[in-house]
Amino acid sequence: MTGTALAPRPAAAPAKSRTPLGRHRLADPAVGVWLAAAAVTALGWIVVDARGGDFLTLTNVVGILQNSVALGLVAVGQTAVILTGSLDLSVAYLISLGTLVAATTMEDGSVVTGVLAVLALSAAVGLANGLIVTGLKVNAFIATLGTAFILRGWIEDNYTGPAGKVPASFQHLGYDRMGPVPVSLFLLLAVTVALWVITRRTRFGHHLYATGGDEHAARLSGVRTRRTVIAAHVLCSLCVGAAALFLASRLGAGAPWAGTEARYDLESIAAVVLGGTVLAGGRGGVVGTLGGVLVLAVLDSVFNQLGVDPFFKNVVRGVVIIAAVALYARRGARRSA
Amino acid sequence: MSTGTATDAPQKRAPAPATATYRTIARVLGTGAPVYALLIVLLVALAATDPGFYEPDRFLAFVKRAAPLVILAAGQYLVIVCGEFDLSVGAIVTAGVVAAAEVYGTYPDAPWALMTAGLLLAGAAAGLLNGLITTVLRVPSFITTLGMMLILEGAVFYWTGGSPQGRLPEDFRRLGRDTALGWLPWAVLACVVAGVLVVLLMRSDFGRTLVATGDSERAARLAGVRVRRVRVLAFVLSGVAAALAAVLVGGFSGVSAQAGRGYEFEAITAVVLGGVALGGGRGSVVAAMAGAFSLQALFTFLNLQGVSGALESTVQGVIVIAAVGLGAADFSRLRRRAHPPGPPTAAPPAPATPSRTHREGHPHDPQP
Repeated sequence: MTGTALAPRPAAAPAKSRTPLGRHRLADPAVGVWLAAAAVTALGWIVVDARGGDFLTLTNVVGILQNSVALGLVAVGQTAVILTGSLDLSVAYLISLGTLVAATTMEDGSVVTGVLAVLALSAAVGLANGLIVTGLKVNAFIATLGTAFILRGWIEDNYTGPAGKVPASFQHLGYDRMGPVPVSLFLLLAVTVALWVITRRTRFGHHLYATGGDEHAARLSGVRTRRTVIAAHVLCSLCVGAAALFLASRLGAGAPWAGTEARYDLESIAAVVLGGTVLAGGRGGVVGTLGGVLVLAVLDSVFNQLGVDPFFKNVVRGVVIIAAVALYARRGARRSA
Repeated sequence: MSTGTATDAPQKRAPAPATATYRTIARVLGTGAPVYALLIVLLVALAATDPGFYEPDRFLAFVKRAAPLVILAAGQYLVIVCGEFDLSVGAIVTAGVVAAAEVYGTYPDAPWALMTAGLLLAGAAAGLLNGLITTVLRVPSFITTLGMMLILEGAVFYWTGGSPQGRLPEDFRRLGRDTALGWLPWAVLACVVAGVLVVLLMRSDFGRTLVATGDSERAARLAGVRVRRVRVLAFVLSGVAAALAAVLVGGFSGVSAQAGRGYEFEAITAVVLGGVALGGGRGSVVAAMAGAFSLQALFTFLNLQGVSGALESTVQGVIVIAAVGLGAADFSRLRRRAHPPGPPTAAPPAPATPSRTHREGHPHDPQP
C-alpha cells in the first residue's frame, strides 16, 4: 500500500503539505478508505450485535467478500480508465452482453471458447471505446454512453430473456471455496494485483498517471497519450469481461439485466471515487478502489442484517459517497482548477 | 437569437483565408453548426417518410412530446456551460411526479397552481443543495449529482414503499395534456417561454459570467465574478427546469416509477449534440435545445421507419457518436488547413477558428 504521493504527477498541484509528515499517510485517501472500511465494519458489528444479531460470523464475512467480487472487478478496471482522465459508462451493458455470450457459447462449445469469446468481445469493445475517445475526439462521457446504447440495442434485439447455460464445471468459479475462502475472491485479488503492478510498476502505468495528470504535458514529454488511453480502455473492458464471466458462472446462465440492474456503471465510478481516485485523473489507485468497494459491501451487509428498507439503503449510499468525497476535498491539496 | 452568448463575445479576427461569407455563417451558427444540419436532415427525412408530419396538429404534438427534453436540455446547458454536470435531473423528474401523486393522495383538493409552484420550489431546493455541495464542499459535480440521484430515488421509493401509487387529478395534468386556445398545447407554450427566458438569461450579465466561469474559473474570479454564486444559481435553475419537466411528464404520462429514468443522459446527450463543450465555456443554449429537438426527431423517425424498438438504442448510439465525432473532426480539419505546419495530433490548437478554441488542447481537462 504505497502512498499515492509516490505516483508520478507531472503537473498536478503539488501536495501542499499542510499536514506534518507523520500524518501525511493518514491523509492519503487509499489509507483513509481502508480505515473507513474497518470503522464501518466495527460499527456494523457493534450495532448488529447490540440488536442480537451476529455480524462477524464466518459465513457473513465470506458473504460480504463474495458480494464485492463483481463490483470489485469492474471498479478496478474503471480505476485504470479514470486515472487517464477518461471514464467508461458502457460497463453495465458490457457485463450483460458478456454473461449472455459466455452462457450461449459454453452451451454449445467448451468453457475455454466461452472464456475466450467473452474476453475477445470485451477487448473489442474497449478498443472501440478507446478509438472513439482518442481518434474521433468524442468526450469519453458521450463516447462510452454511445457504446452503451449500441450494446443495449444489440442485447435487446438478440435476447429476450435469460439465455444459454453454463456447464457445472464452470460454476466452480462462482460457488467453490478453498477452505472458507471463495475461489472468486482469488480472481478479484489476482486482477487487482495485476492492475496494481501495471499501474505502479510499469512504464505504461506511469504513462497512465502522466496522461491523467496533464495530457498536454504528458504528450509534450513524449508519452503517446492516445495509445495510453486506448490501452486503459481495453484493460478496463477486460476486467469487465472477467466480472461478466464471474456473474455468468454465478447465475448459471446469461441475463440481459445482469449488469444493468445493479447499475455497475455508476456504482463502479462511485466506488472508484470513494477509494480516493480523482475523477479528473492522475491521482489515486486500485488499492483505494478495493477499499471503496469493501465499504459499499459492508454497508450493504449491515443494512441487510438490520432489515433496513432496500430503498433507504440508496439514500445512505448517496450520502456516504458525497460525504467521503467532500472529506477528501477538504483534506487533500487544493483541487487544481 | 440564433446564437447564444458564447459565440458572439470574443470573436477576434480569423486570420485564415476564409471567405467573409464562411465567417459570417460560422459566426452565426457557432459550434452548433452540426446540430442544425442534423436537425434539418432529420426534419426533411421525417417529411419524406410521413407527408402528414407537418400538419399543424401533428407537428405541435411532436413539439409537445419534445418539450420536457428541451426544457431539461436548457437547464442542463446552464450547468454544463459553467463546467459542471447535473446527473440528478432524471431523479428529480421521477421524484416530482411520484411526490405530486403522494401529496394528492393525502390532500385530494390541493389547487394545481400551488402544487406546481411547490414542485418548482422543491426542484430549486434540490438544485441549491447540488450547487452548495459542489461549490462549498468542493465535491465534483458528477459525484454530487450522482449521490443526489441515489438519494432522491431511494427516498421516493422508501416513502411510497416501493410502488408509487395514486393518480394525478385532471387539473394538474392539464399543463402536460391540454391545449390553450383550443390548439396550442400548454407544453409547447411552456417550452417556448422557458426557451425565451433562458435565451434572455444567457444574454444578460449573468449569462456572460456563467460562460466566463466555465471557460476559465480563475480568470473569471480574477475579473470579479462571484464564481460560486454563479454556479449555485446554474444548479438551482437546472433543478427548476427538471421540476417543470416533471409537471409536463406527469401530465402526459401519469404516475410511474420510471417517469424520469434515463432523462439525465438524454439531456446531456442533447446538450453535447448541440456542440456545447463538456467542461464548459463554449456553445449556445439555442443549439443545445436544437440538440434536444434532434434527439426527439430521431426517436420519431426511427419509430416511423419501423426500426424495431430494440435496435433503436443502437442507432441512437451510433448517431450520437457520429454527430459529436463529426463536429470535432470538421473543426480540427479547418483549423489545420489554416495553419499548415505542425504535427496533426499534437499541435495545441491556435485560436484560429471563429469559436473559442483555446480549450481544445485538453479534451480531458475539466473532469468528465
